[in-house]
Amino acid sequence: MAWFEKSKKGLAPKEKAQIPDGLWLKCENCGEIIFRKELQKNLSICQKCRFHFRINGRDYIALLIDEGTYREFNTDLVSADPLKFKDTKRYPDRVQQAIKSTGINDAVRTGVGLLDGRKIVFVAMEFTFFGGSVGSVVGEKITQAVIRSIEGRYPLVLVSASGGMRMQEGMYSLLQMAKTTCALAQLAEAKIPYISLLTHPTTGGTTASFSMLGNVIIAEPGALIGFAGPRVIKQTIGQDLPPGFQRSEFLLQHGFIDMIVDRSQLKKTISTLLMHLTTEATPDDDSK
Amino acid sequence: MHERVALDFEKPILDLEKKIAEMKALSGTSQLGLDDEITRLEKKAGKLRSEIYSSLTRWQRVQMARHPDRPYTLDYLNRIFTDFIELHGDRSYGDDPAIICGFGTFEGVSVFVMGHQKGRGTKDNLYRNFGMPNPEGYRKARRLMQLADHFSKPIISFIDTPGAYPGLGAEERGQAEAIAGNLMAMANLRVPFIAVVLGEGGSGGALAIGIADRVLMLENSIYSVISPEGCASILYRDSSEAPRAAEAMKVTASDLKGMKLIDEVIPEPLGGAHRDPDTTAENVRKVLKKHLTELQKTPGEELCRLRRERFMKVGVWEKK
Ligand SMILES: [Zn+2]
Repeated sequence: MAWFEKSKKGLAPKEKAQIPDGLWLKCENCGEIIFRKELQKNLSICQKCRFHFRINGRDYIALLIDEGTYREFNTDLVSADPLKFKDTKRYPDRVQQAIKSTGINDAVRTGVGLLDGRKIVFVAMEFTFFGGSVGSVVGEKITQAVIRSIEGRYPLVLVSASGGMRMQEGMYSLLQMAKTTCALAQLAEAKIPYISLLTHPTTGGTTASFSMLGNVIIAEPGALIGFAGPRVIKQTIGQDLPPGFQRSEFLLQHGFIDMIVDRSQLKKTISTLLMHLTTEATPDDDSK
Repeated sequence: MHERVALDFEKPILDLEKKIAEMKALSGTSQLGLDDEITRLEKKAGKLRSEIYSSLTRWQRVQMARHPDRPYTLDYLNRIFTDFIELHGDRSYGDDPAIICGFGTFEGVSVFVMGHQKGRGTKDNLYRNFGMPNPEGYRKARRLMQLADHFSKPIISFIDTPGAYPGLGAEERGQAEAIAGNLMAMANLRVPFIAVVLGEGGSGGALAIGIADRVLMLENSIYSVISPEGCASILYRDSSEAPRAAEAMKVTASDLKGMKLIDEVIPEPLGGAHRDPDTTAENVRKVLKKHLTELQKTPGEELCRLRRERFMKVGVWEKK
């Protein structure tokens, strides 16, 4: 498949590579040594264990959106520093550093494009930018994307990859959970479908708001999905977590997601779902 | 008498008060002429109190918000509501004592009340899970706020939790879905809804009952995206740096009022709510009544529209 090659050409020179440099790398799940080029050809999936390596928002656009049809919007929104936040560094310095190393202005891409010829609003989070954390910019961009969905009556597809809310913006960040949810409440009233795709990892307030509010929720195999992070839970209960805990398969088993879909089947699956959720038709005519 | 738990910065005041109480006891039984001395010490205590409590650091406010003697949801229920009837269970898994739900009468109005409930003492705290709800607690709240909506009853929520419980079972039973579902339920309510942060507003676990038309905070309560300890352990790799994290995240009621993220700060008596729960409850009653009266003038559809609009505006960003 050529989708990744295509997307690679479009990468900004400074955009951080998802897969570490070097000809070979080790699968973090099964330990298999994989030829880098081979991995790229296979949608960044380990052919031995089907582990899905993380890919970025641009890669999801290439994977799911018809070539050349994506129009990104609100790319010029950047974080302010409402709290004058400083830990060992100033927050604005950290933001500038993240912009430099990722080539994007915050942790999400929003835009419209065609999926198998059907116009959708497509939102993809970028884990490499501040761990995909949600602050004012991410919340506003998602909210604007939802509004675009409602105005154009385009289905919404959102890819989550996030460690939760961004603490450097304090309560402004926490309230992005409320903000995005209120926008999604309007979307629901307009009866426009929302498909949520959870990728590795999706945790914290992100999971506990818009990610879990899809009409249909899909996860990639093996993704870590939860509210509390594994480290926090381990600390709380004082024992090791069972194998597979908070992974996609665990969530499916417990009834919190609709399905697990291999990356190679994603576009087809979402396309079929959108067909079911949007098409208004009368039964086929038997007499013909 | 109940032995007060003293925070470090409260100690000088409590010591002085103890001394005054002892002298008073003595002067009552003897003719030592201690009255002048008592008056002098009482003056001194008053000065000390206003000095200490008018300049609390953010971390000291965090400690006040977590004070083991601080009044909790039930303490307010007992003081400002009548005919309270507690309702239980999420109808699918269980009941959660970390969240209390029920109907009560407030100023002549039948309202639905929900609130986090911390325990008093070890045994009670284990029962209440230190006010940290499991998914069934949030789902109970969701079920009953929808019931309130169904019968057009105003909703009052009391927020006081370190956070949603981060346990194995909580994740198994979908803590994230439980919270997300509550956020959506609150975005859809067509009744007046007021939230009051009583003590700790711990992250998503607090917001899960907090998307209200009016968000009020007691003077010494806090509301934050992550606990100061959690923030410190990530940013400074040391949870004992929590005081620094509390400063950086600006977690106090007056901070959030300044950012226009909450509507009103409810004053506490000098020394904090735990020094005088009756006066505190009276302050809460007055402010609740004012806001409820205002909200009741607005039709439900309009309330819902305004609530969504309010939260959809939150955020600060720049255009490059
Ligand atoms: Zn593998």
